[in-house]
Amino acid sequence: MIEMLSQTWPWYVAGPLIGLIVPALLIAGGRMFGISANLRHACAATIPGRVAFFQYDWKKSGLWNIVFAVGIVLGGVIATTVLAHPDPEIGISAGARAQLEGVGITDFTGLLPSDLFSWSGLASLPGFLMIVVGGFLVGFGARYAGGCTSGHAISGLADLQGPSLIAVIGFFIGGLFVTHLILPLIL
Amino acid sequence: MSTTTQQPEHAEANLTVGGLFGYMTLGMLFGIIFVQSEVVSWFRIQEMFRFESFHMYGIIGSAVVVAMIGVQAIKYFDIRTLDGEPIRINPKQWSSYRYWVGGIMFGLGWALLGACPGPIFALIGGGYSVMLVALLSAIAGTWVYGALRPHLPH
Repeated sequence: MIEMLSQTWPWYVAGPLIGLIVPALLIAGGRMFGISANLRHACAATIPGRVAFFQYDWKKSGLWNIVFAVGIVLGGVIATTVLAHPDPEIGISAGARAQLEGVGITDFTGLLPSDLFSWSGLASLPGFLMIVVGGFLVGFGARYAGGCTSGHAISGLADLQGPSLIAVIGFFIGGLFVTHLILPLIL
Repeated sequence: MSTTTQQPEHAEANLTVGGLFGYMTLGMLFGIIFVQSEVVSWFRIQEMFRFESFHMYGIIGSAVVVAMIGVQAIKYFDIRTLDGEPIRINPKQWSSYRYWVGGIMFGLGWALLGACPGPIFALIGGGYSVMLVALLSAIAGTWVYGALRPHLPH
């Protein structure tokens, strides 16, 4: 059982399970699935300052979601220990691998290229751009757009919301631009 | 746009220890699905943006279909929460500017970092401690957005 669960879960297993989270949270307590709201709750809980956007009762509206995010961290621990993938490299397609080798990626072990996503990588220019600038844009953009991949691409589209479709198209415009025009320059 | 219209929901259900434990359990299952299907992997995100595999599209597409069936069933059958409360889903406010600009900014960050907010949490749990920096940076981005919000076009 553990051996089977340690393998890469196919899309037709993982996708529907992720989709079930949306009605599960609605039925559990009328909660709308959306993870980036936690970044706002973190601001409201720690350094709200005089910013009107952070003046609200974060415990009342966000404690459930912060606890949900803590659960995701615990899930990450379990998945990488008890259910650790047996192969050092995950099996991306040959085409993707060739393209990534073309921009200078050499280490395909683990979930991230460790030469970039490590403390030493953080000190390099590409690592800094990817982790710090990338993280900043994720946080800024998610709140500007009113949601991230979970809130718009999954919850919003599931509720047939027009704004979510625009946001998702925007996610892909930005992602394709960085992947094909920016990463070849900085890597 | 007034700030009050963007306040999060204030539902009070499930703020008991048991209820919160339930949310944590759901989050844990979600984190396991995220890692085991490799959607937390920078390599998978790159593969997606290079159109080199169906994997990510299959996951997002089938998740949307299942979620859509669930949400529409809840609306159609007027299903209530476990506490018997009616389920309200607030529509997003209609405009397009913020969704285009915010969406594109998020996309730039998504491809640079190779992770959106859910995977950031899962990767921290997976022992990629440098992702704590990405999390702090994303919180900083959220804070700067909040501070600039009155001056930004939506």
